[in-house]
Amino acid sequence: MSDENRRLVEAGRVCLVNYGPLVGKLVVIVTIVDGKVALVDGPSATNPVKRQLMPLKRLSITPIKCSIPAGARVKTLEKAYKDAEVEKKWAESSWAKTIARKAAKAKLSDFDRFKVMVARKTRARVVNKAIKAMKK
Amino acid sequence: MQDTGLVQTRYHQYQVVGRLKPSAEKGTRKADIYKMNIFAPNKVVAKSRFWYYMSLLKRVKKANGEILQINEIFEKKPSTVSNYGIWMRYDSRTGHHNMYREYRDVSICGAVSKMYQDVAARHRSRFSNVQIVRTAQVPDDMLRKTWNKEYLEKDIKFPITHRVLRPSSKALKKTFVARRPRTCFDN
Repeated sequence: MSDENRRLVEAGRVCLVNYGPLVGKLVVIVTIVDGKVALVDGPSATNPVKRQLMPLKRLSITPIKCSIPAGARVKTLEKAYKDAEVEKKWAESSWAKTIARKAAKAKLSDFDRFKVMVARKTRARVVNKAIKAMKK
Repeated sequence: MQDTGLVQTRYHQYQVVGRLKPSAEKGTRKADIYKMNIFAPNKVVAKSRFWYYMSLLKRVKKANGEILQINEIFEKKPSTVSNYGIWMRYDSRTGHHNMYREYRDVSICGAVSKMYQDVAARHRSRFSNVQIVRTAQVPDDMLRKTWNKEYLEKDIKFPITHRVLRPSSKALKKTFVARRPRTCFDN
């Protein structure tokens, strides 16, 4: 693993909150307080997180980084966040897609699940038919 | 109230102002007014601690005194990480000890909360055994403890080499799971 791809706890590192009331939100590490806690801020326009202390235990580190100095102010951070296209990169990652897919699946009603079942059966029928034809 | 996810500190800083109650029959017409900064979980405890210190330092009891004012003091910059030094004294089972402790936090109340947890763990001291003598913000170059100094480095970065992922809330916690948890996310 090369050093630049390594996911490190550092100023500017984008993290996903994986525990607590802010679960699922993206935050950026602003300052490292000590080995267990960091000051984080979520500058997203749609899903903001107030600047606060967060235990590293609650953060999953993403490969995304925006370039800020440690202790950056809100406006500097907002600009760096936009420049690094954090939200676009995040939305394109398979990690985010999996989360979105799981959320969509959890939202389905009973009838929706039935429709999914029917659709899967229809697809399977077509696929199986094609495979059978190829086997002959 | 909307849950912002902010971690509340256990202790708050109060400024308590009080004095010996002036009374003609006791011959105490004029009394000096004393102001004290006290860390406590709430105002009631803060007032109680004020009388505790007053009786030790100035021989004024709650029975003969009055509290003129009590205000909570808030951090000026609660979104910047600072170093806090705490000079304190605690009673162990055998004697008194003076100590200086240092913490990095965004507020002095956070640092004090950490300090109480810390001495509770290391020295088994309770809130009632600990007296905070002085607190101060410490500039970076005057930090004494090496475990705080190492986080001042300019481009500090480190990996998390081991972690056990938790479910997103306590309600979803399971005692037994089918698969052994993955603990290495350093990639």
